[in-house]
Amino acid sequence: MAEIIQEEGKKKGGKKRPKKFSTHIDMTPMVDLMCLLITFFMLTTAFSKPKAMEITMPEKNTEDDPKNQPLISADKTINILLSGSDKIYYYFGVADPNKPLPELIKSDYSKDGIRKTLLQRNKIVFKAVADLKDKISTGELVMADSSLKNKIKALKKSDKTAPIILIKADDKAKYKNMVDIIDEMAITTIASYAVVDITPTELKMIETAPK
Amino acid sequence: MPKIKLPVKTPHIDMTPMVDLFALLLTFFMLTTSFRPQEAAIIDTPNSISEKMTPEKNVITVLIGKDNKVFLNFDNGTDTSVLIRKEVLKKVAEQLGLKFTNKELKTFSTWASFGMPARNIKAWLNTADSKDRDKFQIGMPVDSTDNQLNLWIRFIRLQNQNAEVAIKGDANADFKTVKRVMDILQKNMVNRFNLTTSLQKEEAKLEE
Repeated sequence: MAEIIQEEGKKKGGKKRPKKFSTHIDMTPMVDLMCLLITFFMLTTAFSKPKAMEITMPEKNTEDDPKNQPLISADKTINILLSGSDKIYYYFGVADPNKPLPELIKSDYSKDGIRKTLLQRNKIVFKAVADLKDKISTGELVMADSSLKNKIKALKKSDKTAPIILIKADDKAKYKNMVDIIDEMAITTIASYAVVDITPTELKMIETAPK
Repeated sequence: MPKIKLPVKTPHIDMTPMVDLFALLLTFFMLTTSFRPQEAAIIDTPNSISEKMTPEKNVITVLIGKDNKVFLNFDNGTDTSVLIRKEVLKKVAEQLGLKFTNKELKTFSTWASFGMPARNIKAWLNTADSKDRDKFQIGMPVDSTDNQLNLWIRFIRLQNQNAEVAIKGDANADFKTVKRVMDILQKNMVNRFNLTTSLQKEEAKLEE
C-alpha cells in the first residue's frame, strides 16, 4: 500500500508519544489524469508507419532521339497495358503499326490473372529466389540482409531468358493500377521492368480489344 | 452522555498497482508516439508488399488526392541553421512578384502540406482559424500554362539537393495526374521516386 508514514510532531512540542499519521494519498485524480493521457496518446499514435515502394524511372532524354533509347529484344518483351475500370491486357513482342499486330490478351489483377502469366515466364528466377528464401527461413543458410539482397540481385541478373516487362497505362487508368502492377513485379521477382509511355498503336489495340 | 462514535470505514481501494500500470502504459505511448503531421487532404494509399520505410527527413512529398488535386510538402532539411521552406518561399515569391513579410515566412516554415496557387498563400498564412484555412487548399496548378509545381520543385531542389522525393497518391487518383507529376519531377532531374503505400502481404506460388 502506498502509505507514507510520517512521523511528524516528534520534534515539535516535545511530545513523548509520537503521533502516527497514516496519510493515505488519494490517487483518484492522478489516475483520472493518467487515464486521460493514455487515451490521448493511444488515439494519436500512428502505429503503422507508411511504407514506400521505390521506383526508378528511365531518364528522359531532352532530345527525343530514338537512337538513344536502349534496345531490348522483342521475344523477351511482355507489354502490359492498363486501362480504366481495372482492365488489364498484355501482349508479347512489339506492336509495329506496319506489321500485323500481336494478339492482345485480356487479364486481371487477381492471383490467377497476370501473376500466373508472369510467374510462368519468370519461373527460373522465381524458383531460385524462393529456394534461397526457404533456406534462410529454415536456418539452413545464414546470411546478412545486405548480402541476401545482393544475392537476389545476382540471381535476377543471371537468367538470360527472364522477361522484360513494359508497363504502359492510358489516361483512364488509376494510380492504384500502376502501383498494383509494379507490386506484381516485386511479387513475381521480375528483374527488369519499366513504366513507359503508351503508343497510339497500343491505344488503338485497347479500343479494339475483346471486351 | 458521550456520543457513540461509529467507526467510519472508508473502503480504500489500493490503487498503487493500477497507477503503476498506467504510468508504464503512459510512458510507452509517450515514447512511441510520432505525431502525424496534418495533411491537406485525406489520402488513402494503395497497398504493396514493400517493407521499406518512407523517409521521414529530407523529403519532398507530392500528395495527390482522390479528386486529382496536387499538394506539396517539404521539410526544413537537416541543417537547422537554414530554414529551407522559408528560403524556397522567398525565391518563389520573387519569381512570381509576390511579397511576404518576415512573420509570414516564419509561419510558412512551421506548417506542412499546402496546395494552392502561390498568390493565395499570403491569405492562407494570415488565416487564424484552421477550418477557414482548409478552404484555401484547392490544389496546386500543374498545367502547362501555370506550372507552379515545377517552380516549387526547382527551387526546393536548388536549396536542398539531397532531398528524396515521395509521391503519396490516393488509390483512386488518375494515372494521368500521377504521370504529369512524375514528368514535372523528371524535368527537374528526379528519377527515383518513393511511392507511399500501405503494407499488405501477398504470396505467390509456382504451380508445378
